[in-house]
Amino acid sequence: MNAMFRISGAGRLSQAKTASFSFDDKSYTGIEGDTLASALLANGVHLVGRSFKYHRPRGVLSAGAEEPNALVQIVRDDARKTPNVRATVQELYDGLTAHSQNRWPSLSFDVGAVNDIASPLFSAGFYYKTFMWPKSAWKSLYEPKIRAAAGLGVSPGKPDPDHYAARYAHCEVLVLGGGAAGIAAALAAAEAGVRVILADEQAEFGGSLRFESGARIDGQDGYAWAQAAIAKLKAMDNVRVLSRTTAFGYYAQNFVGLVERVSDHLKNPGRELARERLWQVRAGRVVIATGAIERHMVFANNDRPGVMLASAARTYLNHYGVAVGRNVGVYTANDSAYAAAIDLKKAGVNIAAIVDLRDNPAGPAIDEARALGIEINFGRAVVSAGGKLRVSSMTVQPKNGGGGRTIPVDAILMSAGWTPSVHLFSQSRGKVAFNDETKRFVPGTYAQDCVSVGACNGTDGLDAAVDEAYAAGAKAAKEASGKAGKGAKPKVDAGESWSRGMLGAAPGAGPGTTVKAFVDFQNDVTAKDIRQAVHEGMHSIEHVKRFTTNGMATDQGKTSNMHGLAIAAEELGKPIPQVGLTTFRAPYTPVTFGSIVGHARGALFDPTRRTATHGWAASQGAVFEDVGHWKRAWYFPKAGEDMHAAVNRECVTVRKVAGLFDASTLGKIEVVGPDAAKFMELLYTNPWEKLETGRCRYGIMLREDGFIYDDGVVGRLAPDRFHVTTTTGGAPRVMNHMEDYLQTEFPHLNVWLTSITEQWAVIAVQGPKSREIIAPLVEGIDMSDEAMPHMSVREGKICGVPTRLFRMSFTGERGFEVNVPADYGEAVWEALWAEGQKHGATAYGTETMHVLRAEKGYIIVGQDTDGTVTPNDAGLDWAVGKKKTDFVGIRGLTRPDLVAKGRKQLVGLKTKDPKVVLEEGAQIVADPKQPIPMKMIGHVTSSYWSENCGRSIALALVAGGRDRMGQTLYVPMPNGTIEVEVTGMVFVDEKGERLNG
Amino acid sequence: MAKAAAKTKAAASASVERRPALAGRTLSAPGVKVEILPPAERVSLRAPQASVAALSKALGVTLPVKPKSSAAKDGRTALWLGPDEWMIIDEAGNDPLADCAKVTALHSAVGISHRNVGISVAGPAAAVTVNSGCPQDLSLEAFPVGAASRTILGKSEIVLLRIAADVFRVECWRSFSDYVFTLLSEAASDAAN
Repeated sequence: MNAMFRISGAGRLSQAKTASFSFDDKSYTGIEGDTLASALLANGVHLVGRSFKYHRPRGVLSAGAEEPNALVQIVRDDARKTPNVRATVQELYDGLTAHSQNRWPSLSFDVGAVNDIASPLFSAGFYYKTFMWPKSAWKSLYEPKIRAAAGLGVSPGKPDPDHYAARYAHCEVLVLGGGAAGIAAALAAAEAGVRVILADEQAEFGGSLRFESGARIDGQDGYAWAQAAIAKLKAMDNVRVLSRTTAFGYYAQNFVGLVERVSDHLKNPGRELARERLWQVRAGRVVIATGAIERHMVFANNDRPGVMLASAARTYLNHYGVAVGRNVGVYTANDSAYAAAIDLKKAGVNIAAIVDLRDNPAGPAIDEARALGIEINFGRAVVSAGGKLRVSSMTVQPKNGGGGRTIPVDAILMSAGWTPSVHLFSQSRGKVAFNDETKRFVPGTYAQDCVSVGACNGTDGLDAAVDEAYAAGAKAAKEASGKAGKGAKPKVDAGESWSRGMLGAAPGAGPGTTVKAFVDFQNDVTAKDIRQAVHEGMHSIEHVKRFTTNGMATDQGKTSNMHGLAIAAEELGKPIPQVGLTTFRAPYTPVTFGSIVGHARGALFDPTRRTATHGWAASQGAVFEDVGHWKRAWYFPKAGEDMHAAVNRECVTVRKVAGLFDASTLGKIEVVGPDAAKFMELLYTNPWEKLETGRCRYGIMLREDGFIYDDGVVGRLAPDRFHVTTTTGGAPRVMNHMEDYLQTEFPHLNVWLTSITEQWAVIAVQGPKSREIIAPLVEGIDMSDEAMPHMSVREGKICGVPTRLFRMSFTGERGFEVNVPADYGEAVWEALWAEGQKHGATAYGTETMHVLRAEKGYIIVGQDTDGTVTPNDAGLDWAVGKKKTDFVGIRGLTRPDLVAKGRKQLVGLKTKDPKVVLEEGAQIVADPKQPIPMKMIGHVTSSYWSENCGRSIALALVAGGRDRMGQTLYVPMPNGTIEVEVTGMVFVDEKGERLNG
Repeated sequence: MAKAAAKTKAAASASVERRPALAGRTLSAPGVKVEILPPAERVSLRAPQASVAALSKALGVTLPVKPKSSAAKDGRTALWLGPDEWMIIDEAGNDPLADCAKVTALHSAVGISHRNVGISVAGPAAAVTVNSGCPQDLSLEAFPVGAASRTILGKSEIVLLRIAADVFRVECWRSFSDYVFTLLSEAASDAAN
């Protein structure tokens, strides 16, 4: 069934292939190749939405990406409801479901339209002025109400089930825009054999050849030529042709972001298809061929459904075979609208009248229109459109005033001229220049290796545009690669050329008038609003923009910016270039979050790092915690145990028997070279030269400012080889810190650093039975106290595989850390676990590790230190080599404030009530009775229940802490003040005898 | 195959089983196959220019000095990673760390066999697959067969080696292998489109 406004014989779509769709729950039929807009227009539907602020009925303005009005919600299912889709861009598929937005209860009767009647209240700056007081009402009243009323579309309530792909690509020549100019540039570049990417936002290439009916290139119809040229380009190995692909952002060094809409146009896209694909392209040269956008005329009620751009009406006719009305008026200030009138007239549509603001224009288009018998009115203006849900008439009067007459129409086509699309050029940080003769901004000074061609460069006429583009494409290829092509330039046999027009408000909407002559449709900004902004003191176009919101909608003012600027300039009495143009920013058109996120969601949002024993721990029911990217076993609950019970049991078992702990995530760096010890001397506070091979030492690393940066146990494997460990979180930055100093401060040292964090799985076996558990599995290492004392390292074998066996302790018990190559980690763990089971050992997680080390007063860098703690503050002066003359941070340590009295020092805290466990981060005061705000003298850094001590324990940074031993301090909390006693940091085995126990 | 070989070797020396990360995982998509490679011996080698000849001799492969290049001989590949840095990968079951230990010329050799996981990306869509997360130009002109580079794939560091026109070896750290393999798998599914 043919829709009412589909004209047989017109357009390029095959009328045999129909597609049914619904709009606001009413069913319609379109045909394949339609956009939603063309399909609606074919059914005579012009009313498609309500405006943002005044809720005015709106129709389709354009036939492309610049559309400000026809924004709809496309619904595939509960999870896929895309708001603010431009109906002019959305391709029709069978079963498409669309809803209008910003109306209630229905599109034709919208309560919010009361805003339109009350519009004198809602002038520019209304929100800024009105909702100022009381301040508290913003959150509770104004903002929620305004947001609810202003919303465009509805967000889906479920996670997006679609997936999005991403790809980096490189080419010598990237051509943005696939109209005649873009195609010509791509042909020239491709013929040189270089890699070319040609992208266009439309489903079909051709740009304005879609509507320019008289164009002929290389002896063919212009559009047919474009399709043949694209077929040729697609067949070339060095060319990638991307349709439905929008270049949305132009970044530094010819890095351009493109979004390809892969499946939004398909009825049932398979799961294998991404919805969109992000292309991040690095191009040698960029050819910008983005064309020009037609401007509307600014007159009263120019937003009524049925009032649209002349080129849009022509596109709907010549490409989609749709007449936008039966009795059409035309209002223009340049020649291009004549072509629309002529094409429609020839297709059998009545042209009620052409109203031309110009006094005595002449040219072939005008002659042809006259020859077709169309009424033409020169020097006249359309001062108002009649009708509400659809335009019904236009009121015409002489432009300098005088009697008017009203002509019935069902559509008005308008053209104020063409604005070159300099968006991407401007994003590339190029500077636009104003051409005073043609009254338009065109590319001026280039900032990157790009060139603009065709209409976006202000080049008028198909012939000139193709010439310029072809030459630019060849030049770009030559510059990027040195290669030259040997093709033939396309020959333009016939084409149109239009320029000029007018900027700003048309007669009837000028200064002193209060009519609703829209400049910015999407944000409901009228000519009057712009003038008011100037009156109220906004003299910069940037201020005018923000005060009125002109150009700030999702269409970014593609149709409105130049009009707004001209009105402001007129009001300011300044020439346009002095008022300036607002900055163009990415994205050119809205980009989905999905396309930016790409693959980085779910499991791929961020890498999840697992250790070699992860599977074993999971099978034992371990609960994991996230430590940076790592998953670490937190605790191992047995049946019926909560975290508290599990940790208590683990803590007690380690001190009574032994425990196994996965320490693989600790950073590990192998420092190798004849100057390894010298390097260690410079990077750590401790002395290293005299550390014997086979021995270990706890090392502290400072920043230049003297504060603790990292710590860890270091083993000397050979005179020229150290095995350094770092904190888990510090691993990458410690490596960078060391490498940075090595390359910039100590390049004379013969030493190299290699990360071995992931080479070795590390199994800590801690507790009185630790040696008995390990020894049966070890070959070639004497583990007696004499042969292998505390803080030593041996190389040998365990379970038949190589090991670096450390004797060290982060629990205060006799302890070992078994390093084995990572792929053996789990099997060795299982062997050690089997041995441990014979003694009643436990597996323990990070929570128990934290408690056990706190019982011994061992610090955790980043928990008990915060980047403002010195070794002395932490009670670690013993680890600073007193005889050393240099190390990173040595001068920092002597700064007056770092040696001043009263610095915060790390101490132990015992609550007076042993059952009370302090909160980490809680503030400490000396006198709880002082008035608020109290003087805070420190805070709790670590706090746990210690089952081994039968009480709570805590570490804290307290001003002058070591001089306060035995003092009572206070921790004020919401439920009361907690009394604490300042103690030493060691709560278990103060003499350290258990290390050999 | 690789797993079986590893087991046999383990039994011979009575050592515990080796359990490589993601062993045996593969993914086939139109135009590309992604698979975990068997374990290999690897060394991170650092040395000044003066030691290059001696090390090359000991390793049996000439250490490349041209940026972004590699050299291979008898199952052993040396990848240039920096002016004084190479990664040696031995897939023939020999021990490059032991070979380096015989060299007295100044150098640092550190065993990293277990640190890395190797992933093969092969097929006509291999380059596109890698380019889903790697911003490098992977045309044969810019990244010819034998080219090697330490680079990124999404949020992970990788070392990329082109084995053949349509075969890449991706090396990443062990704990990143799940992320890297999964990203390559997702990308592979899109690569032929």
